[in-house]
Amino acid sequence: MKSLRSKVLWEIWLPVLLLVIWWFASANSSSFYFPPLATILSEFKALWIFQNVPTEIMPSVARLAAGFAIAIVGGGALGLLLGSVRAVEEAVRPIIEFLRATPGVAMLPIMMLLLGIGTPMKIAIIALVSAWPVLLNTIDGVRSVEPVLRDVSKSYRLSSWDRIRYIILPTAMPQVFAGARTALAIGVVAMVISEMVGTPGGIGYFILNSQREFNIPAMWTGIVALGIVGYLLNKLFGLVENRVLSWHKGMMAHHEGGGS
Amino acid sequence: MNETDDRTAANSTVLEVTGLGHSYGKHTVLQGLDFTVAKGEFLCIVGPSGAGKTTLLQCLTGLRKPTEGLVVFEGEAVRDTPRGMAVVFQDYSRSLMPWLRVIDNVALPLRSAGVPKGERLDQARAALAEVGLADSTHAYPWQLSGGMQQRVAIARALAFRPHAIVMDEPFASVDAQTRADLEDLVIRLKERLGITVVLVTHDIDEAVYLADTVLVLSGKPASVAALIPVDLPAPRDQLATKALPAFAELRSRVYTLIRTPAAAAAEPPADESEVAPVSAGAGA
Repeated sequence: MKSLRSKVLWEIWLPVLLLVIWWFASANSSSFYFPPLATILSEFKALWIFQNVPTEIMPSVARLAAGFAIAIVGGGALGLLLGSVRAVEEAVRPIIEFLRATPGVAMLPIMMLLLGIGTPMKIAIIALVSAWPVLLNTIDGVRSVEPVLRDVSKSYRLSSWDRIRYIILPTAMPQVFAGARTALAIGVVAMVISEMVGTPGGIGYFILNSQREFNIPAMWTGIVALGIVGYLLNKLFGLVENRVLSWHKGMMAHHEGGGS
Repeated sequence: MNETDDRTAANSTVLEVTGLGHSYGKHTVLQGLDFTVAKGEFLCIVGPSGAGKTTLLQCLTGLRKPTEGLVVFEGEAVRDTPRGMAVVFQDYSRSLMPWLRVIDNVALPLRSAGVPKGERLDQARAALAEVGLADSTHAYPWQLSGGMQQRVAIARALAFRPHAIVMDEPFASVDAQTRADLEDLVIRLKERLGITVVLVTHDIDEAVYLADTVLVLSGKPASVAALIPVDLPAPRDQLATKALPAFAELRSRVYTLIRTPAAAAAEPPADESEVAPVSAGAGA
């Protein structure tokens, strides 16, 4: 049984080691593109603690949250429908397969024509790109309802709403979450790219703009800030998942314990 | 009161099956079944594996539409599962929702039936107490043993306040001691609450021990080989009842019926293999 402290130590030793290597390797660097880590860090402190948080990070995260929410609700609702009604799913399957194979960011130009280069376009791209894994995983999850539970809900006359709420959604939830985790990761990608081509503001814009102004240390700080934001979002996601799927984690742990 | 009085006194029919048959495409599983179940009766349907017991149960409960004949429950033709009927499924670990606590598993059907929250939790708690699980209301099903999970499934049926409970091999996957406990629990509940029970099993001892009437399902396609009234004294007891000469006589009668009518009805001997799982020699 590992203590919390040794767990934390185990998690951070490699990042710390890499930072140390970066620090010493870049210490006397005179390269324009790879400034010393010390320079990047002092720049980072000046820019991101916390001056740029409300001006760059907040708008980025807000757009990501909006796009991600649309992806979850839209992809989830459509997945529920397609997963429940086999005939509809079979009819639209080829279209889904085709669209899924088309990278969502390829839609950027048309989105820019339709929605402009402001916030609506950015949110739309994030939603479009991250809806796919949610949609596909929800279809599979809904399909995997235990046949005995179908008989239970029929014989105990569960209402349609109760079937969805207490049988279908909980069955699908572990897979929905797996899809949402992927969706979050590619949503961040879509966020950065949409900001790079769109109106000023946001981390993606900051990185590109710093590079255009030949402010390379600032560009690096933007990349570091983006990494930190992505890491924290993933942690937050894990917390929500643990809460919603606590029964699932408990059951898995229980069965593992019982099986050995 | 003993069950003989019971049967003659309250001889109102709860379940009536007429000319029931079912085919999957060209493959006929059930053919020409006729029987009735009286109010408060304990009917055990016994037959070898693959005899169509589960199909029969699905037809009785309205989960499957029979291709022939009619099932009438409390005067009405069965289409969906009637409100007065509750089903206990064989595979308890799959029939309970692992994401709901025990009490919510039991209360869920009541929620759909429109019972207000406080009331349905009370009913669920009472049903759980009835099966001896008053202390496990807030556990998750997967935290309980197999026998306890099947008790939860029985409590869910009871909380629904049915007039009849239909059970599909409910004790097939628990150990012998647990099985005996669950058998006695079901007998006790049936007597206390005056409900009608239809129980499907492949276990002849279990059928004879539990039933007021044993329905022997046999042949291919399966039909009613016999309806055997069981007049063993109440209360039944795992040791005393099973030691009675009448018990031994009944079980060998059922065994012979399961085994031989196919042969007697001039079926090809190939059919024998389907019935083989029962140990040889016991019927001799």
